[in-house]
Amino acid sequence: MAEKVLKKPRSFYDIYERNPSADKKMPHYCPGCGHGNVHKFIAEALDDFDVADRTIFISPVGCSVFAYYYFDTGNIQAAHGRAPAVATGIKRAHPHSIVISYQGDGDLAAIGTAEILHAANRGENITVFFINNAIYGMTGGQMAPTTIVGQKTTTTPYGRRPQNEGYPVKIAELISQLEAPVYVERVALFDNKHRAKARMAVRKAIKNQVDNLGFSLVEVLSPCPSGWKMDPVDAMHWIEEEMVKVFPLGVYKDITKEVEPYHIEEFKPEAEEIKELLDLKTESKSFARSTVPEKYKNPEIKIAGFGGQGVLLLGAALAQAGMLQDYHVSWLPSYGPEMRGGTANCHVNIREIEIGSPVVANPSILIALNRPSLEKFEPDVQSGGLIIYDSSLIDIEPSRKDVEILAIPSTKMADELGNTRIANMVVLGAIAGYTNFFDLKTLFETLNTAIKRKNLIEINRKAVETGYQFGKEHRVK
Amino acid sequence: MEKHVLDKPFVKVEPELCKGCGLCIEACPPHVLEFHSSFNTKGYHYAYYVGDGCTGCGVCFYACPEPEAITVYKKGYEYVGEEVA
Ligand code: SF4
Ligand code: SF4
Ligand code: SF4
Repeated sequence: MAEKVLKKPRSFYDIYERNPSADKKMPHYCPGCGHGNVHKFIAEALDDFDVADRTIFISPVGCSVFAYYYFDTGNIQAAHGRAPAVATGIKRAHPHSIVISYQGDGDLAAIGTAEILHAANRGENITVFFINNAIYGMTGGQMAPTTIVGQKTTTTPYGRRPQNEGYPVKIAELISQLEAPVYVERVALFDNKHRAKARMAVRKAIKNQVDNLGFSLVEVLSPCPSGWKMDPVDAMHWIEEEMVKVFPLGVYKDITKEVEPYHIEEFKPEAEEIKELLDLKTESKSFARSTVPEKYKNPEIKIAGFGGQGVLLLGAALAQAGMLQDYHVSWLPSYGPEMRGGTANCHVNIREIEIGSPVVANPSILIALNRPSLEKFEPDVQSGGLIIYDSSLIDIEPSRKDVEILAIPSTKMADELGNTRIANMVVLGAIAGYTNFFDLKTLFETLNTAIKRKNLIEINRKAVETGYQFGKEHRVK
Repeated sequence: MEKHVLDKPFVKVEPELCKGCGLCIEACPPHVLEFHSSFNTKGYHYAYYVGDGCTGCGVCFYACPEPEAITVYKKGYEYVGEEVA
């Protein structure tokens, strides 16, 4: 009976539970707003192709920011202008989903120009609906990139002047110049005939994706009665009389008959293949794990200090050593814009099972190489954890009583070995010696890959060895 | 419940879900939709069907921005109970 009745499409929620306001049946758009029509066309198409269950709808920033109140699909709300980038990620992670990026002119044609251009240029297999109403509706009627010459807005009270504000941006024309997009059309909502055309274009753009044909974009000239300060019927006339002159309607590109459908193949190169491509050592070595006391197992490590102290390298070396013993490892650097002098820290996990998140918020082992780092991160250390700090640089002691503490004058020790900059490797040795996590054999092998300049390997070995002895001597009894 | 088959097209406007934009009224070819003289609780003069002359063409449904303000039933639509009234 479906064809005998035209009623609210099933791809809309019956009740808009996500809307915090009391009225959960009426959308938030102004009377006569074109967003409603386009929403309806989309929902109807999702019904007809029976794809709502695998559709992921990306809401933008702008009046349609709350589109996720209405569509009974997967929903994600993206940062301003970033919907095509988010859509790219989703489509690649879920190639069988139908991904719709729905954007207004401020979102797509101003702050998000880079995202849309490159998503289109890559030919992402997504569908983009671009609502062009020539104004910033949500924020109160300011000029948009698509405001037409002479159009008065709150920020162009004399009308848009090209000398001052430039010309309207023509998205359908721009995108259709790119090689990859398969379908680009501009439609309008101003009368029955054009609404019917718009409806067909919306369907085609979605169908293209269902058929895996590639990137489709439909630009819709849509009324914003509130922003234009017109009643809804006059707003329709304004589209017909003014907007269409500037933004000619029609199909700008359609190569859907010529292109081959995408083949979604999982691309999973073997680890060995990647190593070879990246010119990494391919002989894979494996070292036996040491017997580690229970409390030091699966360490979550945070290493912090000044940039230039080798904080990141120390973390990388620990992770590398973990790999040599077939642990799951992660290494997450975090540093300021300065390469030297700023603060740096990194997070390292070495685990027997797979790692969920590389972030270490509460370390079981904190390695503090300067005073600010000790002060900042000491409170975060897990109870029963371990704090290792450079006592030659830090003139205070940790105040925690519920953790183990290893004070090591690593900078001084490195100086005595002849190079201040190997203090980090003294600490590497000390962690291993103290916890018995790694033996020297594993650490020495780590140095072979971690230290790029071969003439420095010897002194780094010495640093590790010295640190190792120190750590071993200071083990808690 | 009693089963019915619609012998002529019918259009239904939900007064409480209509924002009174007037687009359906402008769009309807035989001009059988009009603004009601009273307001709904939102304060809009809602659209209503004058009761006769709807051809079931459906253009008001696509002209209306609201998801469920308008429902168009075509001739031959089968229903039970009071759905179309
Ligand atoms: S401000 Fe304009 S675009 Fe935004 S909801 Fe109102 S009419 Fe629609
Ligand atoms: S279905 Fe057609 S004839 Fe009937 S009310 Fe709507 S626009 Fe008018
Ligand atoms: S188009 Fe929809 S909202 Fe506008 S008056 Fe008609 S029924 Fe009401």
